[in-house]
Amino acid sequence: MTSGVGLVRLTVNGQPATENLAGACAGFAIPGCTFLLSGGLGAGKSTFARAFVRALIGADEEVPSPTFTLVQQYGPIDRGGVDIEIWHADLYRLGDPDEVLELGLDEAFGTAICLIEWPDRLGSFAPNDAIELIFDFAADKGAGSEVREVIARVPDKWRADFAAACEKAGVEVRGPDE
Amino acid sequence: MALEEQTAPSGTPLVLGIETSCDETAAAIVDGAGTVHANVVFSQIEDHAPFGGVVPEIAARAHLDHLEPVIAHALEEAGLDFDELDAVAATGGPGLIGGVLVGTMTAKAIAMARGIPYLAINHLEAHALTARLTDKVAFPYLLLLVSGGHCQLIAVEGLGRYRRLGTTIDDAVGEAFDKTAKLLGMGYPGGPALEKAATTGHPGRFDLPRPMVGKPGCDFSFSGLKTAVRQKVEAIAAPTQQDIADIAAAFQEAVAGSLVNRCRNAIRTFSEEHGTGHALVVAGGVAANQRIRTALSELAEKSGMSFTAPPIALCTDNAAMVAWAGIERLQAGESDPLSFAPRPRWPLDPGAPKAIGAGVKA
Repeated sequence: MTSGVGLVRLTVNGQPATENLAGACAGFAIPGCTFLLSGGLGAGKSTFARAFVRALIGADEEVPSPTFTLVQQYGPIDRGGVDIEIWHADLYRLGDPDEVLELGLDEAFGTAICLIEWPDRLGSFAPNDAIELIFDFAADKGAGSEVREVIARVPDKWRADFAAACEKAGVEVRGPDE
Repeated sequence: MALEEQTAPSGTPLVLGIETSCDETAAAIVDGAGTVHANVVFSQIEDHAPFGGVVPEIAARAHLDHLEPVIAHALEEAGLDFDELDAVAATGGPGLIGGVLVGTMTAKAIAMARGIPYLAINHLEAHALTARLTDKVAFPYLLLLVSGGHCQLIAVEGLGRYRRLGTTIDDAVGEAFDKTAKLLGMGYPGGPALEKAATTGHPGRFDLPRPMVGKPGCDFSFSGLKTAVRQKVEAIAAPTQQDIADIAAAFQEAVAGSLVNRCRNAIRTFSEEHGTGHALVVAGGVAANQRIRTALSELAEKSGMSFTAPPIALCTDNAAMVAWAGIERLQAGESDPLSFAPRPRWPLDPGAPKAIGAGVKA
């Protein structure tokens, strides 16, 4: 196990719970904080990202899919004297990790709050201290279920904030092996 | 001779159009009468091997490499020289900033070197005006723009007067086609493959939701439909070709049903203001889908509207539409300063009400 990174399993019961978790995570995110969102189609990545953006920018913000445009930027907004910009990226269509540089993502990782779908395309450009959320369908609930199992890899620097966010969102947290 | 020049139709300027805002590097030359002298998209040029094959031109670097040969190719195809151009128009947004910058800087350089007007074109406006290039459609008309990146209903009331009646609150419809095709094990881009599979399918076998149907307004949502397809696929242990075809057919029907329902609401709104007898225009790559075309054409007929779908080469991203939008604006006496700054976000109708709803369940 990598030192400095905690692994937990979350059970997220439906779309509203995913949105609550996203809102709680948006509550502690600061510039330089990156969320890597993995999982199959319809697993909840976009639901999380949309709720996250709206929690910061406003409930009536349009948050279209970034699949075609690759990156959607929001802000900057003033939050307690700090200018916050959010980058919502979908790297599904990237062919080469070098294109990460052309999109300006490497710089954004340092200055903005970043939500990255299909982060495996980042290659070596993935930030070391990113929070990684892997969404999956709850195995025992059947194909029609709304319940999601989320594996979260959380670097130490965010561990307390993330745990508090889960508690605030009412999301059940278990250890890695449970 | 001078007299002849003066009496030459004023509507025949030759305009070079440049499109670099998305996946395609494209250049075209169009005149004021609507004749397309050349319409070159990089991926269509045969000798692209030196550039490493056909890949989406996401990177600004790729646009930079390709744009010059594409413009040269367009001039050669049209049998024209830079000297004969009356103006240059380039997509100035919305889109990926790197690509837009490449097209914008190139257009400005040409305009400056030749002393001709420069026009920064909104990519969406170019799509919106294409039906006037191809079919001489008169204002006002109702536009359904359906592509990989956009899904919007726009009342095109005049040049520069666009009112957005609806947009997607999550995925664009072309994206829904691609993602559904992926769930069904088809390649990218999946739209044509899915349509082909659907021809041998029974749309009634699987019950899929028709997103937003019955809801007021003209907004779209396709995220929930994608999830519903996934559930149908996963419920089958080993899907046969027939299962795939049946799901594809059901998906296509659901999309057509949703588009028709949203368009019907938009037609009502549009007709209240503009009366009947105008055109319903469909543009964007998804307009290539025959089932959707048929459904929209039937709706137009029932609603007392004519139906126009530009040829597919001018429906997908291209530079002829950019040149044409430039011509329309030029003829209205407009041009842009060389200080124009590219705009990654550039809504056609900045005053449009926001489309909210958190990934509405289909």
